[in-house]
Amino acid sequence: MNTLIHVLIFLPITGLLISLILPKKNETFLSWNSFLVAGSQLVAAVLATFIWITGSHSTYDIRELTVFKSSGYDFYLDFYFDEITSVYLLIGALMTFVITWFSRYYLHRENGYKRFFNVISLFYVGYNITILSGNLETLFVGWEILGISSFLLIAFYRDRYLPVKNAVKVFSIYRIGDVGIIIAMWLSHHLWTSNVSFGNLENTELVHEHLMHHSVTGFFISLMLFISAAAKSAQLPFSSWLPRAMEGPTPSSAIFYGSLAVHIGPFLLLRTFPFWEHQISVRWMFAVLGLSTSVMATLTARVQSSIKSQIAYSSIAQIGLIFVEIALGIEWIALIHIAGNAFLRTYQLLISPSIVSYKIKLSNYQVISKQPVQHRAWTHRWEQTLYMLSLKEWNLDSFLYRRLWNPLKKLGSRWSFLTFKNVYVVFGVICLIGFFLLLKRSIINPVLLPYLPEVFAILGLLMVIKSFTERASVRLSWSLLITNHIALAIAISFNESVVFSHLVLYLSGVFVSGLVGHISIQLLRNHGEWVSLDRFYGHSYDHPKLAAVFFLSAIGIAGFPITPTFIGEDLLFFHIGERQAFLAFLVGMSLILNGLSSIRIFARIFLGPHVKNYHSAAKRSA
Amino acid sequence: MKIKNGNSEYSQLLNRLKHYLPAQAPLKDFIHHNTLHSFQDLPFSEGIIKAARIFGYTVLLSKAEYQRYYQNGQINKEILIQHIKTKKGEKWEDWFSLLLDCKIKERALPRIGSLRSNWKNSYQIDLDSLVHPILFRVVSSYLDQGIALWNFPYNEAGFIASIRELEKVSKISFFRSERARKLLLNEEDVLDEVIQILIGDKQLVERYFFDQQFAHSGWSGMVSTVEDHPRFLTNHREISLRDFILFECLLEIDALDDQFGEIWSPIAIKASLIAVELFDDVQPDEEEECLLLWHEAFELSYYHQVVEALSMASKKVKSESLHSFQALFCIDDRECSMRRHLETVDPLCETFGTPGFFNVPIFYQPSGSSLLTKLCPAPVTPKHLIKEINASVQNSQEIHFNKHAHGLFAGWVITHTVGFFSAIKLVLSVFWPRKNASSVASFDHCAADSKLSVDYEGSDNQTQLQVGFTLTEMAGRVEGLLRSIGLTDKFAKFIFCVAHGSSSVNNTHFAGYDCGACSGRPGSVNARVIAEMANNTEVRILLRQRGIDIPDSTLFVAALHDTSRDEIEFYSPENIDQLQKGMFEQHKRSFRIALELNANERSRRFESISFNGNASKVHRKVKRRTVSLFEPRPELNHATNALAIVGGRHLTKNVFLDRRAFLNSYDYEKDTDGSTLNSILSAVAPVCGGINLEYFFSRVDNNQLGAGTKLPHNVIGLIGVANGTDGDLRTGLPSQMIEVHDPLRLCVIVEQIPDKIAVILDQNEVLKDWFKNEWIHLLAIHPVTSQFYWYQKGQFEVFKPLPLEGWDISELESHLYTYSENIPVTHLN
Repeated sequence: MNTLIHVLIFLPITGLLISLILPKKNETFLSWNSFLVAGSQLVAAVLATFIWITGSHSTYDIRELTVFKSSGYDFYLDFYFDEITSVYLLIGALMTFVITWFSRYYLHRENGYKRFFNVISLFYVGYNITILSGNLETLFVGWEILGISSFLLIAFYRDRYLPVKNAVKVFSIYRIGDVGIIIAMWLSHHLWTSNVSFGNLENTELVHEHLMHHSVTGFFISLMLFISAAAKSAQLPFSSWLPRAMEGPTPSSAIFYGSLAVHIGPFLLLRTFPFWEHQISVRWMFAVLGLSTSVMATLTARVQSSIKSQIAYSSIAQIGLIFVEIALGIEWIALIHIAGNAFLRTYQLLISPSIVSYKIKLSNYQVISKQPVQHRAWTHRWEQTLYMLSLKEWNLDSFLYRRLWNPLKKLGSRWSFLTFKNVYVVFGVICLIGFFLLLKRSIINPVLLPYLPEVFAILGLLMVIKSFTERASVRLSWSLLITNHIALAIAISFNESVVFSHLVLYLSGVFVSGLVGHISIQLLRNHGEWVSLDRFYGHSYDHPKLAAVFFLSAIGIAGFPITPTFIGEDLLFFHIGERQAFLAFLVGMSLILNGLSSIRIFARIFLGPHVKNYHSAAKRSA
Repeated sequence: MKIKNGNSEYSQLLNRLKHYLPAQAPLKDFIHHNTLHSFQDLPFSEGIIKAARIFGYTVLLSKAEYQRYYQNGQINKEILIQHIKTKKGEKWEDWFSLLLDCKIKERALPRIGSLRSNWKNSYQIDLDSLVHPILFRVVSSYLDQGIALWNFPYNEAGFIASIRELEKVSKISFFRSERARKLLLNEEDVLDEVIQILIGDKQLVERYFFDQQFAHSGWSGMVSTVEDHPRFLTNHREISLRDFILFECLLEIDALDDQFGEIWSPIAIKASLIAVELFDDVQPDEEEECLLLWHEAFELSYYHQVVEALSMASKKVKSESLHSFQALFCIDDRECSMRRHLETVDPLCETFGTPGFFNVPIFYQPSGSSLLTKLCPAPVTPKHLIKEINASVQNSQEIHFNKHAHGLFAGWVITHTVGFFSAIKLVLSVFWPRKNASSVASFDHCAADSKLSVDYEGSDNQTQLQVGFTLTEMAGRVEGLLRSIGLTDKFAKFIFCVAHGSSSVNNTHFAGYDCGACSGRPGSVNARVIAEMANNTEVRILLRQRGIDIPDSTLFVAALHDTSRDEIEFYSPENIDQLQKGMFEQHKRSFRIALELNANERSRRFESISFNGNASKVHRKVKRRTVSLFEPRPELNHATNALAIVGGRHLTKNVFLDRRAFLNSYDYEKDTDGSTLNSILSAVAPVCGGINLEYFFSRVDNNQLGAGTKLPHNVIGLIGVANGTDGDLRTGLPSQMIEVHDPLRLCVIVEQIPDKIAVILDQNEVLKDWFKNEWIHLLAIHPVTSQFYWYQKGQFEVFKPLPLEGWDISELESHLYTYSENIPVTHLN
C-alpha cells in the first residue's frame, strides 16, 4: 500500500516533467502522455481503494522525509489514505482521465496546446498532493500548486483582457485562502508545540486535552481553516469568483471549476473534522454560512442568463449544502454529494454549448404562455428586491474591491516619494537602523523592545502595499517585494529565539528570485520594450521564454514551493510568539499582498492584450 | 416613454450608428452576410482601408502570410510582377522589393475610441470596467430567451420602462449615487439632460456614441438587430438602441458620481481638439498599398488557374441519349464534390445546381408546434404556409438541461442520483460518442413519415398566411425552377431534388451549417414540397400548356443530404410501381457509394482521420465527428469557397474544383431576355457573396470581425456567445470554421455573352454595385468563342489566362484522400 501511495504521488509528477520537455508541435505525444498518466493513475486509484476496502479499512499515515528540522521545528512531508482520500482520488482520476481524452481533440490546433496540457498536469500534481497529504505542511504544498495552476488556466487566453483580469482576481481570493492556512499552521504549532499530522487528530483525547486549555486558539484555527475552505470553494463572501473563472477552454472549466478545484474546500473541512468536531460554535458557524451561501447562490443561479454562470452558482449552492452536511457530521452523505455534484456539473458544462439547439427545439413545441401573476404590494416589493440583488450577484464582486483593495490603494498612493532610484537608499537606512537595534538590543528600553517587531513588520507591510499599488515603475514595485521580505526578517529577528540559519533559508529564495526578476526586466528593456504597471503589456507575445523565466521568479518571490523561501515562510511564523497575534496578522497580510503584487507585476508586463498593434487583437470587452 | 427614432433629434445619428454596427441575428437565425456591409457603397479596396482606419480592424492578411503564400507558390511570381506593373508602371521594381521586405510596422491608432479615452487619460477612471459588467448583465437578462429560470420583470413599454419599474419597486437600486437614479425615474425624455451632464457639447454626441457603442459592438449590434427585427426573438422583447444608450449613459454618470461626487465636468471640457472626424476620407499608406498588391496578386493567381482550366472545358454538346436520372442539388459549395462523385459512380446521370429552397419560399410549421420557421433566402418574406401533419415526433429530453438541476433541494436530490448517471454518460459520450438529445440532427427537421399541406387550404386563422399552393401557383413554381436551370426537356425517369442540412453537437453556430438559401435550416421541406408539386398530374397538365412536357413516367423524389455525416434520406413518393422501385433502389445505391467517396475526400482535411484505404471505416469516423461532444469541427462548412459558376455543367464537369465553387446551373440559350440570369445573379451575389465575405473577414481578423476560438464560448440568453461571463457578445465566425480558409473574394463566372450581362447589370443597380465596387468579381465566358471577359469598373475586358503549371490527374488521384492543403484546379481527363 505504501508503494501504491508513492506511485499515486509520483505518477502525476512524472507526467508533468515529461509534458514539459515534449516538443511543442507534437500534439499526439502531449495528449497521450497526459492521457496515459491519468489512465494509470485511475488504475492505481482503483487498486488502492480495493486494497483499502478488502484490507483492514485502517487509515494509512506515512511519514515521509523531513525537509527541514531544527529545535522544536520539524517540516516533514506526510501522506495519508482513508475513505476521504479514496473518494477524492477516484473522482479526480476519473475526471482527469475523461477530460484529457476530451481535450485531445477539442484543443486540436489551438495555440497553447502544450501549455494547456502542462497546466492540466501541474494542476493534477497539486490535486493529488493535496488529497493525499497527511499534515498541513504537505497539504499546503499541493494547495499552492492548485492556486497557481488555476491562475494559469484562467489566463489561458493570455492575449485577451478579461481572462487575465479575472485570473488575477481569482488569484487574489485564493491568496486569502493560502494565508488562512499559514496562520492555521502557525496557531497549531503553538497549540501542539510541534508539527502534527492529520493522523494525530484522530486521537480524540489528545485533541480534547489541548483544546481544553486553548479554546480561543482552537476557535481561531478553525476559523482560519474555514476561511481557506470558503475561499477555495467560492462560499460567502467569496462566491463571485467562480463564474469569473470560466474563461479557459470549456473542458478545463469543467474539470477545475465543475468538479475538482471547487471541492477542495470541503476536503479541507473533512480532513480537519476531528479537530473541530467538539467545538459546537464552530460547527454552527460552518452550517449557517453554508446554508446562507446555498440560498444566495440558488437565487443568483435562477437569474443568470448565461449558461456557465448558472451552472457555477448551482454548484456553489450544492457545495454550501455540503458544508452543512459536514458540519452536521454526516461524512458519507457529504462524500456522495461531492461526487455527484462533481460529475453532474462537469457533464453540464461539457454539453453547455448544446443548450442553444436543445432549448430552441424544445421551445418550438412548448410555448410558455405566461399568466400575469397578481401580487400583493409588499411581496412584490420583496420579490423584485431579491431579483435585483441576485442580478447584481449580491454585490459580492465589488465587495472585496470596495472593502479591501481600494482602501489599500489609497494607503499606497501616499508613498509617492519612493522611486526606483531611491528605494534602496531609503531601505538601506531602515535596514541599518534595524541592524543597529538588533546588535544593541541590550541597550533598548525593555518596555519598547516588544513593539519593535511590530514596527518593522508595519514598515514591511507598507512597502508591499506600495508595491501592490504602484502604477508606474516595475522595478520599484519589484524591489519593494524584496525589501518587504527583508523587513519581515528583521522584524522577526527581534524575537529571542531566532536562528540565523533560518533567516538565511528564508531570504535565499527571495534573493535569487529577486535577482532573476530584475535581470528579466532588464533584458526586456534591453530589447527596447516599454514596461510599466499602468496597463497590461502582453509582452509574452514577443518574449514567451522571458515570460516563463519571470513567472518562475514571481512565484519564487511569493514563496511558492520552488525555493527554500516556502519553508522559510513557515519558519517565520514559527518564530512568532503565541502572544504576538498582531505581528502574525501583519506578516500574514504582507505575504498575501506580496504574492498578489508579484503576480500582478507578471500579469501586467507579460499578459493581456499586446501593446504592439502590428497584429490583430481582440477588443478589451471581448 | 419610448420615443420612436423618427421624431427625435438624434434619429439620424442613431440610424448612422446602427448602419455601422454588426448586423448579426440571434444564433437560431444566424445568416451569413458581408461583415463590412456598411462600407459596401465604396469600392472594396477603399472601403476596407477606411474600415481599418476608423475601427482598427485588420482587413487583409499580414505581409508575412502573403510572403508565405508566395514562397509556397500560391502566389505566382509572374502574375505578381505583371500585376505590380499594371498598377505601378515604371516604378514596379521598387514596389516589388517593398513587398518582399520583412520589416514589421506598427499601425496608427484607430479613430474610434479617441474621444472616450479621455476618461482614462484625464479623469483616471476606467469607466468601461465599471459599467460593462452590469450593463451586459442587465441587457442579457432582459433579452434572455430561456436560460434564466427567473426572468427580468418585463414591461411591454420597452427597455427603459422595464428598468424604471424595477428600480421603483425594488428596495435596492441599480445605482450607487442619487443623480442617476433620479434621472432614470424621471418619466420625461432625459437623453438631452444626460448628454449635457456627460458630454457637454452637442457637436461631440455622435463621436461619443460611436466610441461608446463600439467599445462593445456585439451587444449594441444585437440590440439594434432586435429593434429592427423583433421576430428574431421567440419571446418578444421591446428594445431600442436609444434606450440602451440612455441606460449606459446613466450607468456612466453613476460611476463618475460615485468616484468624484456630482462636481466633475463633462468630457467636452477636458477633451483635446480632435484633428480628424470619424468618417473623413483616408488615403492608403505605403504599407496598405503593399498589402493590396499582395492580395490582388493572390486572387489573380487563383483566378488564372480557374480560367485556364475552364477554357479547356468542352463546349456544350447536345446529347441525345436519355439520362439514368437527374439530380438537383443546392448551389452550395459542399455539393460540388458530391456531384462529381455521383457522376463518377453513375456516368449516365445528370446533375444540376440551384438555390436549395427549390423556388418555394415558405413558412413551415412542424407538427405540434405553434411557431413558424422561414424557409427561403433571408430577404424574401413568404406568403405561403406549409404545415406538417401526423409526424411521429419523438423529442427525447436531456435531464442535464432540466431546470430542477439548478434548484436547491431538487438539486440536492439530483446530484445524489443523476450525478452518478452523469459520470456514466460522460464516460460513454467521450469514448463511445453517439447521437443523443443534445445533438442537432438534420433529419429531425421534418419527419419522413409526416404529410405536408401542399394543396391549397385557404388562409390560416392565426397567421393569415395562405396554407398550401393553388394549382396555378404550383405550376408557376415548378416552371420557374426548371427554366432557371434549363431543364425543360429530356426528363429522366427519376428527378431527385436533393436538399441539404448538417448534423453536429455542441455547436452554437449550427444555423450557419445548414442551407443558406433556407435561412439557415435544412431544405428537406422545400424539396418535398417541390417534388410533390411536380408529381401532381394536374400541375403537369398546366406545365404542358406552358411548353414543359414532363412524361408521366417521370417521378420527382425529394431527398436530404446531410453534409457533415454524408448520409442521405429519401422521401419516397407513395405511388411507385414495382419496375420503378427496382430502379429507385439502384439509384439509391449510387448515391450511397458517392456519399462514401465524398466523406473520404472530405476526410483529407481532418488531421484526426488518416486514410487507410478502408472507405467505409473512414466514413464511420467522419460520422462519429458529428456526434462527438469534443469535436469543434463536425465539418468545415464553406471554408475555402472562392468561386460561383453560373452556367452549364459541361463547363465544370471535367474540372477538379476542390469543393471551392458554388455551382448554379444555367442555360444561356434558353434565357433569351436575360430575366433568368437576372434572378439567378440577384440571389448569387448577396447569398454566396455574403458567405464569402463573412469567411473573408472572419479569417483576416478573427479577433475583431470573427468570434475568436470557440473553445471558451459561453452561451448567453440563447441569442449569442461570449467569452467567459463578463464578455461582450462575439460576432462573426469562430476560428475553427475559418482556419483553413484562404481569403479570396468570390469570383462569379457566368456563361453568357458579355454584352447581354452588361445590359442586365445596367438595369439592376443594386446588383451592379456588388461587381462594380469589386466586393465580388465577375467574369463572363463567351459561350461561342470561349473567350473570358473580366468586369472592371463597369466594363467587360478580355481576360487572358497565363498558362500555369498545375497538377495532372495522376497526381490528383494519389492525393485526393490524403493531401490536407488546397489542391490546385486540375483537369480531369
